[in-house]
Amino acid sequence: MAVPALKLDAAGGLLAAWPEPAGEAQWARAARSQAERWLRERGAPARRDEYWRYTDPTSLTVEPAPEAALLATDEVPVFQTRETHRLVFVDGVFSPEASTPLEIAGVEIVPLREALAADIHWVRDIFGQIEAAGQVPVERPLAALNTARAVEGCAIRVTGVASRPIHFVYRRAAADADALIHHVIRLDAGADLTVLESAAGAARLNTVMEVEIADRAALHHVRTQGRDHQRRAVTGLFARLATESRLKSFTLTVNGRLTRNEAFVEMRGDNASAHVAGACVGDGDFHHDDTVFVTHAAVGCESRQVFKKVLRGSAVGVFQGKILVRPVAQQTDGYQISQALLLDEAAQFLAKPELEIYADDVKCSHGSTSGAVDETSLFYLTSRGIPKKTAEELLILAFLDEAIAEVEDEGLADELRDRLAAWLARRR
Amino acid sequence: MLKISNLHVQLEEEDKVILKGVDLEVPAGEVHAIMGPNGSGKSTLSYVLSGRDGYEVTAGTATLDGEELLGLEPEERAAAGLFLAFQYPVEIPGVGNLTFLRTALNAQRKARGEEELNAAEFLKIVRAKAKALDIDAEMLKRPVNVGFSGGEKKRNEILQMAVLEPRMCILDETDSGLDVDAMKLVSAGVNALRSPDRAFLVITHYQRLLDHIVPDVVHIMADGRIVHSGGPELALEVENNGYADILKSAGERVA
Repeated sequence: MAVPALKLDAAGGLLAAWPEPAGEAQWARAARSQAERWLRERGAPARRDEYWRYTDPTSLTVEPAPEAALLATDEVPVFQTRETHRLVFVDGVFSPEASTPLEIAGVEIVPLREALAADIHWVRDIFGQIEAAGQVPVERPLAALNTARAVEGCAIRVTGVASRPIHFVYRRAAADADALIHHVIRLDAGADLTVLESAAGAARLNTVMEVEIADRAALHHVRTQGRDHQRRAVTGLFARLATESRLKSFTLTVNGRLTRNEAFVEMRGDNASAHVAGACVGDGDFHHDDTVFVTHAAVGCESRQVFKKVLRGSAVGVFQGKILVRPVAQQTDGYQISQALLLDEAAQFLAKPELEIYADDVKCSHGSTSGAVDETSLFYLTSRGIPKKTAEELLILAFLDEAIAEVEDEGLADELRDRLAAWLARRR
Repeated sequence: MLKISNLHVQLEEEDKVILKGVDLEVPAGEVHAIMGPNGSGKSTLSYVLSGRDGYEVTAGTATLDGEELLGLEPEERAAAGLFLAFQYPVEIPGVGNLTFLRTALNAQRKARGEEELNAAEFLKIVRAKAKALDIDAEMLKRPVNVGFSGGEKKRNEILQMAVLEPRMCILDETDSGLDVDAMKLVSAGVNALRSPDRAFLVITHYQRLLDHIVPDVVHIMADGRIVHSGGPELALEVENNGYADILKSAGERVA
């Protein structure tokens, strides 16, 4: 079927808005042009596309990026109280002055720009490669744009157990900033790393994180997307897991006009485990979309998708989640749950859970629900003297907790709970 | 302490009258029991007093130490000193039992203009009271009532009562789902709270709970009214002969 001209024009417009990266190694140029070709052939996302039916991509593909007012707050930024290795980006541009020096034991950190100009084999094996693999069967044109044009980001390789989490801090400065950030992360066999991401990053932020997790390695990914009301974001997590490796990814989203968080996770080694979770809270002009694709391509792997959304006003939540079990993937254990708490009649939740199973010895379950705050629970709490608003907040936090509990580090999980409690209380 | 006069209540959703003129007074320091057949309105009375949605009061009043209860929100009634031990305690996944208790206690203290307790002070109080009810630290940490046995749920209700120290306690079929040992624990918990400035209204189907929590007055409720009141011996009469005789003679008296 011919690709509509509008999609092709929009793709051309997006590519033209960003300068073609120069001075890079041959392999990097090859990865760039592969992504560019893909985008030019398939076009930018449009509402008619199978996986964009519930989310209008127009504001993500229009040039220039729509403005988004900066959030005025004196709040202490998230994850500041713990010792982390901070890598700061302002409007999508790496700021070495604001960041911790790049030396850290057991971890190699190279700014993406440098990594793509050199001949670093582990970056070459990942950059644009895991993302390209994730384009089938579901197209991810905005991730292809990112691979074709992004020059900001970091390449990180972990050989042992990282002494501190790496914390990407995405600050904002201008109301109209458009940003592309691309990270490449390689965990060697047995390595262990926690990656934190925080704040809104830009008026329109497009991030891609390509992750290769070798045998027995573990990546813990915890992200908060800031509290800015008007910002837009599209993110892509592309991960490839080897034998007995683990991925745990959790995202907390509060506010934001449009968020599309995509994850593509492929378990290629036996007995790997991948958990992708998210909690979001939105009110009014808020559209939040989790599109997750988990592929079981080896024996005995386990996966969990846990997504919880609290929606009020005309807020819209979207969940598109798939578990694909390839013929080889016997003894698969797959689980998927997506739930929305609708705080009033105007809020909306759209869910498309999918299972596609080609192996016979498989345990897979999925569920999707939406509903209001439970009146019986509310009465029970208020009958003990808890004011209705507080009781409602307790129930909201309780509802979100199954997703937050996916954060393994209790200290981090508790910080997220405290933040959420404080943010909910502000609305009283 | 608790004074209910001519209370008429119907369901909001349907045109069904449940309470048809309840008159009841429970003075401070006393334990009153309400017995009655299924559908007589006992649980409705407890829900209406504690402020559950779904009921419409069409006539009458209910006051706690002279303060009208019926216009108040459930949390205001609680702060005023009213407590309902639920027949079916609600499971709340994701909310820790301790968090729940502390939030409730501090909300009530705040509403009464008292200092809120810090975590250490609070823990000290809860641990002592939990121990008396054979509630271990594990149960305190778990989400509210989630995975609790029937007996554990009821003991948890009494723990809440012991921590919140309400002046007027309503127990709605607290004996249901309890084995003998649990009933003894729960009853001992209730009896420990009996005091000259506190009153109890114990709703039950069976006399056996009243062996442990001995009431001062027993009321018989039928078809939305208190039809007969008497001493503890009335409970025994019900146990031996059922409600038929009492209702019949009550009917004759009313007529």
